[in-house]
Amino acid sequence: MITVSKLDFKYPEGEFRLCIAELVIERASTVAFIGPSGTGKTTLLNIIAGIVSAPAGRVVTNGVDVSALNDRARREFRIKNIGLVFQEFELLSYLDVLDNILLPYRINPAMRLTKQVRTRAVELATEVGIGDKLRRNADLLSQGERQRVAVCRSLLPEPALILADEPTGNLDPANKDRVLDIVFDYVTGHDTTLVTVTHDHALLGRFERVIEFSDFHTGSDGDGGREVEP
Amino acid sequence: MSSVIYLAWRYLAHHPVKTTILVLSIMLIVYLPVGLRVLVNQSEDELTTRAEATPLVIGAKGSPLELVLNSLYFESDVPTPMRHAEVIRVAESGKALAIPLYTRFRARTHPIVGTSLDYFAFRGLRVVEGRNLAVLGECVVGAGVAESADVGPGDAIISSPENVFDLAGVYPLKMKVVGVLERSHTPDDRVIFVDLKTAWVIEGLGHGHQDLSKPEASSQVLRREGNTYVGNAAVVQYNEITEDNIESFHFHGDTGEFPVTAVIVVPDDDKSSAILQGRYVSQDEVVQIVEPTGVMKELLATILTVQSYVVAAVVVIGLSTLATAVLVFLLSLRLRRREIATMMKIGGSKSYVIGILASEILVVVTAAVVFAGGLTFLTAKFGSAIIRALILS
Repeated sequence: MITVSKLDFKYPEGEFRLCIAELVIERASTVAFIGPSGTGKTTLLNIIAGIVSAPAGRVVTNGVDVSALNDRARREFRIKNIGLVFQEFELLSYLDVLDNILLPYRINPAMRLTKQVRTRAVELATEVGIGDKLRRNADLLSQGERQRVAVCRSLLPEPALILADEPTGNLDPANKDRVLDIVFDYVTGHDTTLVTVTHDHALLGRFERVIEFSDFHTGSDGDGGREVEP
Repeated sequence: MSSVIYLAWRYLAHHPVKTTILVLSIMLIVYLPVGLRVLVNQSEDELTTRAEATPLVIGAKGSPLELVLNSLYFESDVPTPMRHAEVIRVAESGKALAIPLYTRFRARTHPIVGTSLDYFAFRGLRVVEGRNLAVLGECVVGAGVAESADVGPGDAIISSPENVFDLAGVYPLKMKVVGVLERSHTPDDRVIFVDLKTAWVIEGLGHGHQDLSKPEASSQVLRREGNTYVGNAAVVQYNEITEDNIESFHFHGDTGEFPVTAVIVVPDDDKSSAILQGRYVSQDEVVQIVEPTGVMKELLATILTVQSYVVAAVVVIGLSTLATAVLVFLLSLRLRRREIATMMKIGGSKSYVIGILASEILVVVTAAVVFAGGLTFLTAKFGSAIIRALILS
């Protein structure tokens, strides 16, 4: 599903460097990236998603060499194939729940907003327990509800890959479990790959693979991070 | 593209105060110069059309502008009256038609204009309901008066006292409405027309009262000197002219000395016009003769000068308002950096994201232009009345 090889990434300013000789993530697997802040976990998610491109190395996601695509093609690839979930939810405050869920279908001509899509959006919202709040503005929701909206937004295009950056970082324990249940249920039912960045070691038991990132950013030989027991 | 406009609209609708301020600001930038131009053009047409239709005006020496505005629009301050003999002087010259005007009185907000029947023919005013003036105490009203005061033939209009505390002042006269004029879309629509003599009755120069020679009026006789009866304070003066009392109405003194505010002079030809104007150039003359067209051109020249200053000020204000609007938008972009970044991260097309922001500007500018257009339309529709009110007040 995801193959990262000979990746060497460096921000223009600062000392940070991310080097990965080889990293393979299988289709339909659930992987957690862990490690201290500043070790490149979020950077790698961004490279896999094509949000940033690495000057050296190759990233193949879902059979597509993302590193070889131009900016426009990467956006189109991303919106069709990748569902992104953020720690801060990143909902648009001026839109209601339904419009936030439908957002991917309104910001790229590659996505066609049809009646079926709308129906699926309502079904998803109902499944995660916010079906009665479809016309409520995003800024009037609780934290847990907001993250559920964000999850629905990422799942609506039925992506092959879900990239989640600390999706439960701002949630209380009850909401944390609920959101993860939603994501894992979807992943299991749709043959979808899940890659998550987390600092919460209590969640690691849910993942099939856990990759410790502490070595990636300093490894001059780029031999990758350590696999740890979930 | 409908999604782009939809998202732009949702953002604007979510920030109604900011959107309204932006729309109003841009609307003012668009409207002020355009509306001002329309207003000036309207006033130019309005003022010159009526002035061009009025060849000459004679009035007491003083402000020619006040004389012309009062004689044409009946709204400015009432000029100093002159003697009615000046009307006779023009009429007896055999070179022009002389139409007297006496505009001192009002009935509520409507001017009462004492004139002769020639005025109606001169202005092309036609009675569409009832008949024209025939006897003392009657009035004919313009279409605007008939509508706003809801009066028609058979109703009555009472002249307004000039000052409620002036007990010795002009008494109100109840006048019978005998006709309504066809709407002319000119100041005549707002006027109550009476015969000049009826205006003099309002003035108190003519009056009617009980016949003191009759036995039933003996208690109101102060003394008798031969055939002359002198009444006491109990004599009943009529404040309405009816068929029963019209015979008792009479004027004291020489009508040549009675007041008029202006005479509209309609010369027979250019030569007559020149001769008549020549007769009033003497320094000893207590009256002046003016060409309304010339007076109005001077007024318009002043208006245009003022307009150029106003336009310059508006441009400066407009530019600063525009700069503020741009600043508001740029600040808004800074505040929305995260939202824009989210759309980009999810995979939003650059052109769509830019399109959303551009659509917001487009919707604001379109709304502003539409409102400015509406205001300009209203200005065009009511501009004449507005400018007249501004000039004449």
